[in-house]
Amino acid sequence: MVRLPYTTALTTLFSYGLLFAFGQLRDFFRKLIDWFKAKNVKGYAPICLGLEDFYVRRLYLRIQDCFGRPIASAPDSWFDVVERYSNDSNKTLQRTSNTTRCLNLGSYNYLGFAAADEYCTPRVIESLKKYSPSTCSVRVDGGTTKLHTELEELVARFVGKPAAILFGMGYVTNSAIIPCLIGKGGLIISDSLNHNSIVNGARGSGATVRVFQHNSPAHLEDVLREQIAGGQPRTHRPWKKIIVIVEGIYSMEGELCKLPEIIAVCKKYKAYTYLDEAHSIGAVGQSGRGVCELLGVDPADVDIMMGTFTKSFGSCGGYIAASKEIIQHLKHSCPAHLYATSMSPPAVQQVISAIKVILGEDGSNRGAQKLARIRENSNFFRSELKKMGFEVLGDNDSPVMPIMLYNPAKIPAFSRECLRQKVAVVTVAFPATPLLLARARICISASHTREDLLKALDVISRVGDLVGIKYFPAEPPKIAEAGHDKLE
Amino acid sequence: MDMALPVVNATAAALARVSAAFNAPFARAVVFGVHIDGHLVVEGLLITVIVFQLSRKSYKPPKKPLTEKEIDELCDEWEPEPLCPPIKEGGRIDTPMLESDEGVQWAVQNGLHLSRSTVVYFKHNDMASLASTLEKLTRGNKRAEKIRRYIVVESIYQNSGQIAPLDEIVKLKEKYRFRVILEESHSFGVLGKSGRGLAEHYGVPIEKIDIITAGMGNALATDGGFCTGSVRVVDHQRLSSAGYVFSASLPPYLATAAVSAVNYLEENPSVLTNLRSNIAALHKELSDTPGLEISSHILSPIVFLKLKKLTGSPATDLDLLETIAERVLKEDSVFIVTSKKSNLDRCRLPLGIRLFVSAGHTESDISMLSSSLKRVSASVLSDYL
Repeated sequence: MVRLPYTTALTTLFSYGLLFAFGQLRDFFRKLIDWFKAKNVKGYAPICLGLEDFYVRRLYLRIQDCFGRPIASAPDSWFDVVERYSNDSNKTLQRTSNTTRCLNLGSYNYLGFAAADEYCTPRVIESLKKYSPSTCSVRVDGGTTKLHTELEELVARFVGKPAAILFGMGYVTNSAIIPCLIGKGGLIISDSLNHNSIVNGARGSGATVRVFQHNSPAHLEDVLREQIAGGQPRTHRPWKKIIVIVEGIYSMEGELCKLPEIIAVCKKYKAYTYLDEAHSIGAVGQSGRGVCELLGVDPADVDIMMGTFTKSFGSCGGYIAASKEIIQHLKHSCPAHLYATSMSPPAVQQVISAIKVILGEDGSNRGAQKLARIRENSNFFRSELKKMGFEVLGDNDSPVMPIMLYNPAKIPAFSRECLRQKVAVVTVAFPATPLLLARARICISASHTREDLLKALDVISRVGDLVGIKYFPAEPPKIAEAGHDKLE
Repeated sequence: MDMALPVVNATAAALARVSAAFNAPFARAVVFGVHIDGHLVVEGLLITVIVFQLSRKSYKPPKKPLTEKEIDELCDEWEPEPLCPPIKEGGRIDTPMLESDEGVQWAVQNGLHLSRSTVVYFKHNDMASLASTLEKLTRGNKRAEKIRRYIVVESIYQNSGQIAPLDEIVKLKEKYRFRVILEESHSFGVLGKSGRGLAEHYGVPIEKIDIITAGMGNALATDGGFCTGSVRVVDHQRLSSAGYVFSASLPPYLATAAVSAVNYLEENPSVLTNLRSNIAALHKELSDTPGLEISSHILSPIVFLKLKKLTGSPATDLDLLETIAERVLKEDSVFIVTSKKSNLDRCRLPLGIRLFVSAGHTESDISMLSSSLKRVSASVLSDYL
């Protein structure tokens, strides 16, 4: 939960107000100067009306060098960031051929599969030579290889469901599946902080959408009772079906979902559950099986489990795991299965190898080691940051930790200063988060060593002092222990 | 004028009587030393009546919210439908009714729906229908000039193999001041002298096309897609395009594969001549297939074969086509596919057999395919010829 102090809120609002005022002033002068140039094509409505791209032009472009930094190596725990410069105050950025070696705190590399791996990489290169980078075909036509069927069975076994279906892109998995499961006359109840792909899928389906307060099973129950009793809007006919959509780990908050309570509520009211495990599959849980394992929920209780391969498995693509009948139905009707090019075979092989390592089927215990390391790393890092006085969101065991910045000026300050000290962090502002709640998001990986983490803590602490984001009092260092030892 | 005089007289008489009543001695009173005239009493009474009416509650039917017990009962009674409909035996994909209509692929339809704009469809690849729709939308409509307007077409339609006549579309676009969004998944790397797409094929300057999108899973043999346009258009999408902002980026090896594919195409334009000769050869050989006819454009690498005579039932049509495809695979090891339709797709174009021609095919491959297809379709469609 974000606890925004009043003074911070006031100063943030004031900063945004000032930026807005300056932006308007510059727009006014730009209009004046352009009056004499008249370069707009006559008769066509402008492609961006008035204030639509005001945020991009006047706020985002000023700090454009903090976003979209190109990298020149694999996103391992240390990587090369390309240096850029600008000749026209950040309107355009030019790349140089110099790179800086930085500590990577921004990639979703939870288990360290992003870099070359001794088990996965040789197999991937072999499959690239055998199957080529793309099947050039949709799944139903000629795009299903042996690898695809093998991976579907493996994913189903890993997650604990009877069957699974694969897609080439994680975003498409949500936005093309939800319209197949529910249509007009159905109700979708989704968490207020759900990802944009779920929102788009819900809109594309034509069903009515209601939102419940983030992670609040009590409010979910209220909404369910009200909706079932009221029925469809205006006609009051009973709903055809109700699907409740939640995520395993919310990527902007780092929080785990309260899954057991939500499943209990859904079972009581006969609603179907859809769990999006994009960030939690492979990263949490005793053996990497996701939030269900971590929170002790039986996978059979969740109707549909969705996940992506981009985060923990070092590949690309998404999957849906559910009962055999649902998967059969999806294979016949989902547009992403019938029209989209199938997943690239080397990417499929990468996921197969990664899952085998996690399960220990490659003959070593590297998987278990990685899982233990990521848990240790995340808990250590989070507790240290909290001790220093930063406002860190998220639950224990979650590898995503956002540090609140709030003020718009602190975003580029934090980002640039950290880069100068060779630590690369990702800062997130509007539109991915609410306007006042800008944050820096740290993603911990199993490939970070203890020295890496200590260096990161040191840099962040110094930069935090410089920029002024230690909103909570720091814990005093433990000096009393020396006194106790003397008494023993 | 005649009528007015008696009316005026009558009114004057009435007024005189009323004022006399007011000025009668009993109408005057002195209350607390203040003279009260008669008309004040009437006014006081009127004000009292008004205040009385205002203070009364208006009639509303009493609201009775549901009690907790009633809500519990409703929740217990409610039964949801199953999450997926039961699978029919045979597992064939449902076919919709066949009518000729707009034919963009599902990806475009979904994008149009999610954009929350007003979408107007015109007849598939019919320029007269497009012109009349544009005329209808803009005639006399002053408001239309302020809103952003786009014509969305595909260069080679995935659902039918037709090619959009870009020169006519550009003429219409300039006349009615619309912008053009061109979906070039199947023509990028195929049409045009050097494979640059539909604009090169028709000799239209590329600046006239405002936005071009394409998937790279076809000619470029990788995954993913791209969108090009002016600097303003593309920069705007870096923060506003949902699929770009909220989604992971393409794996680097696929981007490298795409770059290599484009470089190869630039250095070896002979692949295009191979492709074109293969398409022409296929058209020639398949022109006399019993029971099937080619309904795609002569330059399209997607060769679309549909039934010459429809059986009247879409399910039987699909059965016949699938049987042809299965037998061709089993007997001659030739892999062809029928078109599949999702039930979410609102495109109503007819189904058929789709052949995707490649520059890598040789002449013997083409003749093997055509002889096999002719033989199998002659036997399968013997009752329907």
